[in-house]
Amino acid sequence: MPGSILGTRVLRIEDPELLTGHGTFVGNLRVPGMAYATFVRSPLAHALVNSVDISRASRAPGVLGAWTAADLQLEPYHGFMVLNPACGRPPLATGKVRFVGEPVAVIVAETAAAAADAAESVEVDYTPLPAVVDPEEALVAGAPLQFEELGSNIAAGFRDREDVDPFARASRVVRLRIANQRVAVVPLEGNAIAVVPGDDGAGHLLTVYVSTQMPHGFRDNLCRLLNLDRDAVRVITPHVGGGFGAKAGVMAEHLVVTTVANRLGRPVMWVETRSENMVAMPHGRGQIDYVELGFDEQAKITGMRVRVVSDAGAYAGFGGALAIGPTRLMAQGVYRIPTIRYDVAAVLTNTTPMGAFRGAGRPEAAEFLERTMDLAADELGIDPVELRRRNLIAPDEFPFTTLMGARYDSGDYERALDKALQIADYDALRREQERRRRNGDRVALGIGVAVYVEVTAGGGAKEFGRVDVHEDGSATIRVGTSAHGQGHATSFAMIVADRLGIPLNAIRFIQSDTAEVPRGGGTGGSRSLQVGGNAVRQAAEEVLARAKELAAEELEASTADITVTEDGRVGVAGVPSRAISWARLAQLAASSGNPLAASVDFSQEGPTFPFGAHLSVVEVDLDTGAVRPLRHVAVDDCGRVLNPMVVTGQQHGGIAQGMSQALWEHMVYDESGNPLTSNLADYPMPSAAELCSLEASNTETPSPLNPLGAKGIGESGTIGSTPAVHNAVIDALSHLGIRHLDMPCTPLKIFEAVRAAEAGSLPSVWREPPAALSQLPLRGERPRPEAADADI
Amino acid sequence: MIPAPFDYVRVGSLDEAISALVEHGEDAKLLAGGHSLLPLMKLRLATPSVLIDIGPVRELSYVVDAGDHVAIGALTRHHDLHHDPVAVSQVPLLSMVAGKIGDPQVRHRGTIGGSLTHADPASDLPAAVLALGGTLVARGPAGERQIPADAFFSGFLESALAPDEVLTEIRVPKAVGGHAYQKFVRRAQDWAIVGSVVARVGDRVGVALVNMGPTPLRALAVEQALAEGASAAEAAERAAEGLEPPSDNNATAEFRRHLARVLTRRALAEAGV
Repeated sequence: MPGSILGTRVLRIEDPELLTGHGTFVGNLRVPGMAYATFVRSPLAHALVNSVDISRASRAPGVLGAWTAADLQLEPYHGFMVLNPACGRPPLATGKVRFVGEPVAVIVAETAAAAADAAESVEVDYTPLPAVVDPEEALVAGAPLQFEELGSNIAAGFRDREDVDPFARASRVVRLRIANQRVAVVPLEGNAIAVVPGDDGAGHLLTVYVSTQMPHGFRDNLCRLLNLDRDAVRVITPHVGGGFGAKAGVMAEHLVVTTVANRLGRPVMWVETRSENMVAMPHGRGQIDYVELGFDEQAKITGMRVRVVSDAGAYAGFGGALAIGPTRLMAQGVYRIPTIRYDVAAVLTNTTPMGAFRGAGRPEAAEFLERTMDLAADELGIDPVELRRRNLIAPDEFPFTTLMGARYDSGDYERALDKALQIADYDALRREQERRRRNGDRVALGIGVAVYVEVTAGGGAKEFGRVDVHEDGSATIRVGTSAHGQGHATSFAMIVADRLGIPLNAIRFIQSDTAEVPRGGGTGGSRSLQVGGNAVRQAAEEVLARAKELAAEELEASTADITVTEDGRVGVAGVPSRAISWARLAQLAASSGNPLAASVDFSQEGPTFPFGAHLSVVEVDLDTGAVRPLRHVAVDDCGRVLNPMVVTGQQHGGIAQGMSQALWEHMVYDESGNPLTSNLADYPMPSAAELCSLEASNTETPSPLNPLGAKGIGESGTIGSTPAVHNAVIDALSHLGIRHLDMPCTPLKIFEAVRAAEAGSLPSVWREPPAALSQLPLRGERPRPEAADADI
Repeated sequence: MIPAPFDYVRVGSLDEAISALVEHGEDAKLLAGGHSLLPLMKLRLATPSVLIDIGPVRELSYVVDAGDHVAIGALTRHHDLHHDPVAVSQVPLLSMVAGKIGDPQVRHRGTIGGSLTHADPASDLPAAVLALGGTLVARGPAGERQIPADAFFSGFLESALAPDEVLTEIRVPKAVGGHAYQKFVRRAQDWAIVGSVVARVGDRVGVALVNMGPTPLRALAVEQALAEGASAAEAAERAAEGLEPPSDNNATAEFRRHLARVLTRRALAEAGV
């Protein structure tokens, strides 16, 4: 057996073609006869649609067709998981529009420019209706209703029984209202689809190229919604320029483009512009959390009460359910908490429908808990690190089942925290902070800590994997996950190379094509290595077992004596002359009528729970409100690390997005529902120039739930960094009496808070939540929405 | 993200450009670096029927020492101005400000003439030219005229240029003394939320502000206070006097006034005033 490649920094084999401009993104696809679709979108957040006149557009130069909802007759639908069955969305608006950007008509033309010109001539007659943008205002009696038949804007919600008082033993209760702002997902590549109708000669009547995280799920949904034969539709996902949770399910535009391509009998492509992307792609986050945390005299947590108003956007976007599902599941975090009550309402607003964004409900839990812990440390007069230490779940308590029903598989939270403190030199940072405060320095130093745990590969995780060894000695991997930047081609090939001794450059990787891979769950929820990787690993193990039998027979040895040799053959252990190449083994297998291959459906008995500790250091200019990140130390534990370079990359990207939510990003609407940040000049995505160097490292606490010992790493960086950076900013201001600011911590907010602090007029960080929450049905009285179990 | 249809004319000389402007009238727009105009066209907020591309008129790209002043061709790109040895040694403020515009792509395409004629109050170079007390040279069918920078910015995104005139040259006095540009942004590539430019030209101290009103403007109250012998800190307190800055997502008018004072104080200190 050669030395294992696992755990080493193997360069990503998928990068050269991306870096040299050979990406196969949907927009790069060239098919003869391709036509181009453009949507006419609502400029109003809430309005009756009286008429849509496409007659001029239909006759415009180059136009092949123009359609309204009445022409296409597509039923209202749910494109991913369902929050409220009554809030189905018509793919083209019928009767009403419910958010700015909702499509009302589609134009297809010979060129994208001709389609865009024709779209200008579509005349839509609207009667504006009052809109509701703020989810708390949506709960007020008399608020404009999005679906009148529901009788309220509550898409779903529950409250816990009041039989236990979380604060009965508390000597102190800390209370915080915290808004977790709506953000846009902003992948480099927006949504994109190209639909090619016609027999491909292999039994498919329709071939769909689509930028998605879940090609098999996309095919199944599309076929269900359009009543197509599943076997007659081939879905191919080429290179994808980022998903981050937003490319799950079938978008309204996908349904419309597929329908009109079939009607025209011509290939039709739609590639979202950035302006469309900012309003059409589901947004993420968007919660208002009311958190109360009780402490006893020893500063140990006695109980917690959380009440959440979750913004679902228009049509009850599935993201609204994340507060019902994953946020609630992870509300207990890394702490021993004896009692928890959790009430939640998912609310309809006249804004872009909510979906998932990197972390999908878990960052919200970590953010409100870790921010409240820092507030508590401030109020109790205890160092925030010490307060956490007193309440962390101890390493000998795993597996640990929480009050919310999560079974944490493994963990050592204090070890991650200790490592972060040591790397950052926490005590020295506190001394420097004190020095600046003593000197009245107008550039304040802030230190923020967050300890988090999250959940990956939930939802009965299962995945397909297959390994074939060919008669030339090479191998092919097929897997049902769908990498779009995560490095599976490298990581999964490393697994096969490790098991079989076949070199990386002789391993082919196939994914994301329903004609090539029979089934798959795609990539989301940081699931891929633990389920897809282990499926591939098990398939390789089965191939190896078969190879050993073949070799034993050929070499007249006992199977037990057969192993993979140092030079990548299969033979008798310790006898280099008695070994057979993989090519020969594949030939032997083929001649026996049973090729050397194995297919596996791997399932994991439960989700895994990655964790970590982040420490962020910022400077805040008290005269301008500017925040400058100085350092960010991340210690993330994703179980056993397979490729440290891939893990570091995931940490860096995640930290950047989490830091960005803390400091920059916010999707803002005016009171009428007009988006004010719908391009990248107004929506402040940061660049490398704004960030600091990131100090990413790991602890490794293997998961007992899969042979690789792996947990997910895709979202950890985001989950740990957001509260750490946020806490750092507030920490920098705490000596002025400032105890909380909602994200993003902008110069304007800091300026106003510093002013208010100087004037002694800081607002309270608490107020009672909307009364509607106390009228929600009790948990268990109504069925749980399907989308609460979204695993993305 | 696709502009409305337009005609495209490419000219090789200044005279051709003026002729084209005369021919096409107010429907025509000059295209220099395109970094202000093209985004507006892609959003269909600007729909000129003719674009006159003056990119090939390389005779308008230069920085020369003209004795008592430095003359800059209107088509000089920000990157070139930032690195030009005459600019760096004779008018280092302008060179430094050019290096703080947008990002490298913008600086390699955008031109000083385009930036000034776009007259965006949030742009960097207009304030620098105002602080320096520059003069703008325009040419039209009736010949050439000089416009003081103070008289050039006539309204929001409006300049004193006639529709058939082309800005050809920017003249700024040599200013090798202390100078500073305090640019307040949330991201390096952004337009300034507020900016404050300080230039020492001989005995005079010029101060101009970015994004503090409908046009690029001078902080006249600050300049006057300094001329009357006030300390830099006292003068900076008057930075927002009489100004009506905009309110937006990034800043309220009140915050902008505060920033103008803070940034002007810092800029004056940095410039050694």
